[in-house]
Amino acid sequence: MIVAALILLAVSSLLFLARVVIGPTLADRVLALDGLVTCVVASVVAEAARRGSDLTLGVAVVAAFVGFVGASVAARFIEQRGA
Amino acid sequence: MGDTLAGILLLAGAVLAVIGGIGVHKFPDAFTRLHAASKATTLGLLLVVGGAAVVLLPGPGATKLVLVVVFQVLTAPVAAHLVGRAGYDADNLAPRIDTLDELADDRPDGGDGQAP
Repeated sequence: MIVAALILLAVSSLLFLARVVIGPTLADRVLALDGLVTCVVASVVAEAARRGSDLTLGVAVVAAFVGFVGASVAARFIEQRGA
Repeated sequence: MGDTLAGILLLAGAVLAVIGGIGVHKFPDAFTRLHAASKATTLGLLLVVGGAAVVLLPGPGATKLVLVVVFQVLTAPVAAHLVGRAGYDADNLAPRIDTLDELADDRPDGGDGQAP
């Protein structure tokens, strides 16, 4: 069951990645990247549950934080570029 | 019993993540896609963390699981708000709002992206 959840998370990540590639606006790409990071965090947590070990949970914490900082910086960039 | 509960929670979270991914393709513009990308995946992540907590707790990973949840719940709305604001100013998205547009009162050009 956990493996099925991991496969579904991979499918979701691919959908977000497709939106990052096809855009069409920069805001679309940034919000899709934010969702992609959330999916990656969920995948790391699910993998930790599958192995029954908490060694990789630090990766999830850092990825969640970096995802927020990245989205904020990209939003600031879009605002200043003003395209 | 615990493994079944964990599997159900993890599967529900993954299904919500897939729904968010589908929504990002079905919705017509960046503002509506923001809903699918931020809300559905946040609830999905919360369910996945809940499922992992059933497996991993009690144990030393509790702090990190709580940290993941707190970070996500605090930052996802803020990031979505920032991206929505930025998309309003750029990319010519504002003129497609045809109902209430309170941010336009805050902009010198009335929010239409043209010079005043």
